[in-house]
Amino acid sequence: MILVLNKDVMAIGNERDVVPFRNRVKEHAVKIGMSLVNQTKLITAASELVRNMLRYANGGVTNIETVSKGRENGIRLTFLDKGPGIKDIPQAMKDGFSTGKSLGLGLPGARRLVSEFDIVSSPGKGTTVTIIKWKNG
Amino acid sequence: MDRIPILQMGKFLLVTIQVDLYDRLALNLESDLVQMVSKTGARGVLIDISALSIVDSFMGRIIGNIGSMSKIMDAETVVVGMQPAVAITLVELGLELKGVNTALNVERGMALLNKKIGSSGDGDNQEDQQDDTGTE
Repeated sequence: MILVLNKDVMAIGNERDVVPFRNRVKEHAVKIGMSLVNQTKLITAASELVRNMLRYANGGVTNIETVSKGRENGIRLTFLDKGPGIKDIPQAMKDGFSTGKSLGLGLPGARRLVSEFDIVSSPGKGTTVTIIKWKNG
Repeated sequence: MDRIPILQMGKFLLVTIQVDLYDRLALNLESDLVQMVSKTGARGVLIDISALSIVDSFMGRIIGNIGSMSKIMDAETVVVGMQPAVAITLVELGLELKGVNTALNVERGMALLNKKIGSSGDGDNQEDQQDDTGTE
């Protein structure tokens, strides 16, 4: 059972929004006392996902939430876009696969950096990626 | 347009990244650096990333590109000052920064550049070369 303690919504329209978004994520992570290493992992994962959103869907909306489960607090980030969607999610989650010109580390790399990772996509409608980093996770 | 300053010091170019990079800024740095290498005939590029709190795959790729581009223009690249949390994250992310030299801080980075350039045959670096064989 995950409780939402705090929610912040931020629209991402161009790459200028990325740095303020990362800073906002950091503020939330600092507030729950997350260690520097976990903060860095979370923000790096967030940076990958927000870039995907910009590159493949021209932006979208992000939610930054402080959540708690039992005694554990964490940060949950949701990335919602209305882009073309992902046809083959298992393929997109493989290291080195990219339809753009990137290294193909965005999705699989982000998954390795966080505690929980969920992706839902329907071609033509968009993609929603949700990640959670627990404070001690 | 925003630009990251590039300083020339003798045969080297120095870049200290003091602001969080967004993609455009990183791409500008990449092309500015390569052009500066050509214009100044620099033999080495030192990039200080100690103020960067994150390096994601895009920035990692840019750093790698700078390294390879400088290499084919006969300049060595050394990245210095990576924060421990960034190093931990990079490895977990799966980014190896292949082909890029790294050093702990600016001082050691400069020493590494001097050594690399010395060993590529500038003449008056016999001592350095002997040091090389001593440590390897």
